[in-house]
Amino acid sequence: MINLETPRKFRALVTQAQQVAAQYYRPISRKYDRAEHSYPKELDLLAALLDGMNAGSPESTGARTSKRQHDSGDGVRNGSNMSTCLGIMELCWGDVGLLLAMPRQGLGNAAIAAVANDEQLQRFDGLWAAMAITEPDCGSDSAAIRTTAVRDGDDYVLNGEKIFVTSGERAGAVVVWATLDKSLGRAAIKSFVVEHGTRGMQVTRLEKKLGIKASDTAAIRFTDCRVPAANLLGNADIDVAKGFAGVMETFDNTRPMVAAMAIGLAKASLDRARELLEDHCALDYRKPLLQVSHAEAQLYQLEAEWEAARLLTLKAAWMADNRMPNSKEASMAKAKAGRMATEVALKCVELCGLTGYGEDELLEKWARDAKILDIFEGTQQIQLLIVARRLLGKSSKELK
Amino acid sequence: MLVDLQGRALALLNKVAGAEWPDRLRLRKPLERWLYRGSKASFSVLAQQGGAAKRARPNKPASPRGVFDLTLSDDQQLLCDMLQQVAQDVVRPAAAEANAAQHCAEEVRAALAELGLKHYGVPAAHGGLADEAAALTCALMTEQLAHGDPALALVALQSLSVANVLRRFALPAAQQQWLPALLAESAPQIALALAEPHVLADPHRLQCRAERKGQHYQLSGSKSLLVDGLSADYLLLSAYAEDGPALFLVEASRAGVERCASPAMGLRGAALASVTLRKVRVPHSARITAADFAYQTLLDLAALGGCAVAVGAAQAALDYVVPYVNERQAFGEPISHRQGVAFPIANMAIELEGMRLLLWRACARADQGASFSRESYLARLQAEAKAMTIASDAVQLLGGHGFTQEHPVERWYRDVRGFAVLSQSVVL
Ligand SMILES: Cc1cc2nc3c(=O)[nH]c(=O)nc-3n(C[C@H](O)[C@H](O)[C@H](O)COP(=O)(O)OP(=O)(O)OC[C@H]3O[C@@H](n4cnc5c(N)ncnc54)[C@H](O)[C@@H]3O)c2cc1C
Repeated sequence: MINLETPRKFRALVTQAQQVAAQYYRPISRKYDRAEHSYPKELDLLAALLDGMNAGSPESTGARTSKRQHDSGDGVRNGSNMSTCLGIMELCWGDVGLLLAMPRQGLGNAAIAAVANDEQLQRFDGLWAAMAITEPDCGSDSAAIRTTAVRDGDDYVLNGEKIFVTSGERAGAVVVWATLDKSLGRAAIKSFVVEHGTRGMQVTRLEKKLGIKASDTAAIRFTDCRVPAANLLGNADIDVAKGFAGVMETFDNTRPMVAAMAIGLAKASLDRARELLEDHCALDYRKPLLQVSHAEAQLYQLEAEWEAARLLTLKAAWMADNRMPNSKEASMAKAKAGRMATEVALKCVELCGLTGYGEDELLEKWARDAKILDIFEGTQQIQLLIVARRLLGKSSKELK
Repeated sequence: MLVDLQGRALALLNKVAGAEWPDRLRLRKPLERWLYRGSKASFSVLAQQGGAAKRARPNKPASPRGVFDLTLSDDQQLLCDMLQQVAQDVVRPAAAEANAAQHCAEEVRAALAELGLKHYGVPAAHGGLADEAAALTCALMTEQLAHGDPALALVALQSLSVANVLRRFALPAAQQQWLPALLAESAPQIALALAEPHVLADPHRLQCRAERKGQHYQLSGSKSLLVDGLSADYLLLSAYAEDGPALFLVEASRAGVERCASPAMGLRGAALASVTLRKVRVPHSARITAADFAYQTLLDLAALGGCAVAVGAAQAALDYVVPYVNERQAFGEPISHRQGVAFPIANMAIELEGMRLLLWRACARADQGASFSRESYLARLQAEAKAMTIASDAVQLLGGHGFTQEHPVERWYRDVRGFAVLSQSVVL
C-alpha cells in the first residue's frame, strides 16, 4: 500500500538525530569551519554515546550499520538502509563535515560491512576505517587505479599513492583499493584493510578545502607496505567474468547515504532562509506561483526540488531494504540530491543577500559544503552515465 | 447494501460482457479480471458470470500503517495493467486523428466510456466503487491513460472527475440526485468548468460571480478549458457566491449560457471549449455546495489531477525516445552513445520519477485524511517545471523529425504546455 511518510518506528530515531544535530553539531559548526585540520574532539564523546545506542538497538544512525540484514518474515520492510538515510538527513542538517568526521562511521566501515567475511567482520569490529580509492591520476575512472598489491608469503605488498582519503589520518585503518595485476583490468582490483602504524604507510598531506573543513582529507603513500593476506576483503581470486561487481556493490548502499547528506544540508539552508525571510514571504502553499513575490516563488521551487530529491533517496533506500536491485535508483537519487543541494544552498545565500553571504550566518558555509556532495561517491556526470546506461541498455564501452 | 453493490457490479459486467470491442482489442481477459477485482464481488458474482474470471490473486494484507511502501495494492496493479493495455491499443492509435479532427471519435469515446471508470468516483452507497485509496487509484488510472494520450485521457476521465467532485464536495441532496444518475445508462454529460481565461488567473479570486436573487442565483463570468464543452449537457462550474466560493451544476441550455469552441496549442483531441455566462438565472438548488465547502481541497485535488496527466505524458515521451535514440545512427554509431544525448535521457528519468513520487505522496496523504495542500503544491511545481523540460527534450532528441507530426513528441510538447498554465480539468 502506497505510503511515503516517515515510518512510524523510525520517528524516535529521527528525533534523536535532530537533537544531536541541533544541540551538538550546530554549536561547534563554525568553530571547526575556521579551525581546519584540528580534530573536533567533542565527537569522541558523541561517538561513544552512539556506539552505546547502536549496541542496544538494531536501527541506528551512521554508515556502520548498513550491513546485511538478518530479517525475518516477509512483507514490506523498512530496514537499516532507510533508518540510516533518515538519520543522516537529520545529522547533516546540523553539519555535514562533522558527520563525515565521526569516529567509526567511515565509508571504509560501510565497505567492510558490505563485503567482509564473518571472521573479518569480527576482527574489524569497532575499527574506524577510511576508504582510499582515488589516486592523483584517477578518480572517476576507478578501474584505472595504479596502486599495486603483490602476494608475498602470507602478506600482500602494497605500493602506490592515494589522495582525498576522508579521515585518512584520523581513522584507525584505511580500506585501500589496489590491483593484483594491471593487465587484468577491473577484475584484479581488490580492497585491503591497512591499519595505521603499518610500516610503509605514510600520510603525506592534508588538503585545504572549499568546505567540509571539519572533515580531514588526507594523501597517503604506500611504499612496500606489508599487509596480512587475511586483510583482503572478499574473494582473492581474479574472476574476470564477474569482474568489478564485488567492490562496486558498496556504492549501491553508500550513494543513497551521500544523497541523504545533501538532503540534510539543503534543508538547513532552506529552513534558515525561510526564517530570515519570514516577514516577507507567506509560504502558505495556496497562491499560484505567479501571484507571489519572486523570493517566495523561489523558496517554493527550491522546496519542491528538495522534496523530489528526498523521495528519490528514500525510494533507493527502501528498495535496498527490500532486496531489490537498486543501482539505477541509487544513482538517480545521488544525481538529483547532489545538484539540488548545491542549487538550494547557493540560492539561499542569494535570497538572503549580504546577510547570507556573511560569516555571521551559516548559509555561506553550507553553500561551500554542498559542492562536495555532487562530487564524491561518483560525480554528477558519473551518476548520469550509470542511469543512462541502464535506461538505454548500453555497456561502459558503448556509452563512455 | 452488499446486494446493491453486487447488483451494480453485475450490471457493469453485463454491459462489458455484451460489448464486442473487448474481443476485438483482445482485452476480454484483463477486463474480466479487473472487473472482478474492482467490484470486490463475492463468489456469487463469479458464479453468475459463468466462472470466466478465474480465481484472482489473494489479497495481500494491506501493509501495516506507518510503513514506507511503494507497492501498489492488487486492485491498483490490475487496474494499471488493464489501462496500460487500453492506452496502448485504444488510446494511442486514436490520438493523431483526434488531434487533427479536434475531437474524439465516437467509437473511441464509446470504448472509453464502457470502461466504467466513473464507478471509481461514486461511493458504494450510490452504486460505485470509490474506496479509501480513491485519490491514489485515480492518479494511477490518469497516469496510464495519459500515457496513451493526454487529450483523450481528459475525455476518458471527465465523468470520473465530476463524480469525484460530487462525492467529495456536494451536499447530500445533490449527491442523491446526481451520483446515481451519473452511472445510469444514458448519463448526462457534465463538463467541469473551473478554470478562468484571464491572465494571472487566481482561483482564490474568481471573476465568475453568483448573485443571490431570492430563490435564484444569477451567474456571470467566463470559464475555459471545458473538455468536450460544446457537447456537454451540464456545466459544473465554480463562482463566488455571497458567502464565498461555491460550485453550481447548470444546464448548458439555460438562457445566457454561450459556448464556443476554443482550440488551443494542444490538447486538441479534448475538443476544448469556453463558456460565457451572462446573467444566467438558475434555481437555488443548482448550487451544490455548502457555504463552508473545502474549496482549497478541490483546488489541491485538481492540481494533482494535472500532475497525474503530466506524469503520464512525460513517461510516454521517455518511453518513445529511448528506442529512437538507440536506433538512430549518426557519425557511425547510435546517437545514444553520446553523452549529449544520453544525459538528457537520464535526466528525463530522474525528474519524472521525482514528479511521480511527489504525486503519490500527496495522493496517499489525501487518502489517509492527512493535510496535503503543501504536498500537492510542491507536486504541481515540480510537474510544471519538469514535464515541460522532458517534453521539450523529447522533441530535441528526435531532431527535425521530432518537429514533424510523423512522431507524437510534437503533440506532447503542445499538450504538456497546457498543464503548466492550467491544471483544473482532472479532479482526483
Ligand atoms: C573532500 C573530498 C573527500 C573525498 N573522499 C574520498 C574518500 O574518502 N575516498 C576516496 O577514494 N575518494 C575520495 N574523494 C575523491 C572523489 O571521490 C573524487 O574526487 C571523485 O570521484 C572525482 O574524481 P576526480 O577528482 O579524479 O575527477 P575526474 O575523474 O578527473 O573528473 C573531472 C571531471 O570530469 C568528469 N568526468 C570524468 N569522467 C567522465 C565521463 N566518463 N563522462 C563525463 N564526465 C566525466 C567528472 O564528472 C568531473 O566533472 C574525495 C574527494 C574530496 C574532494
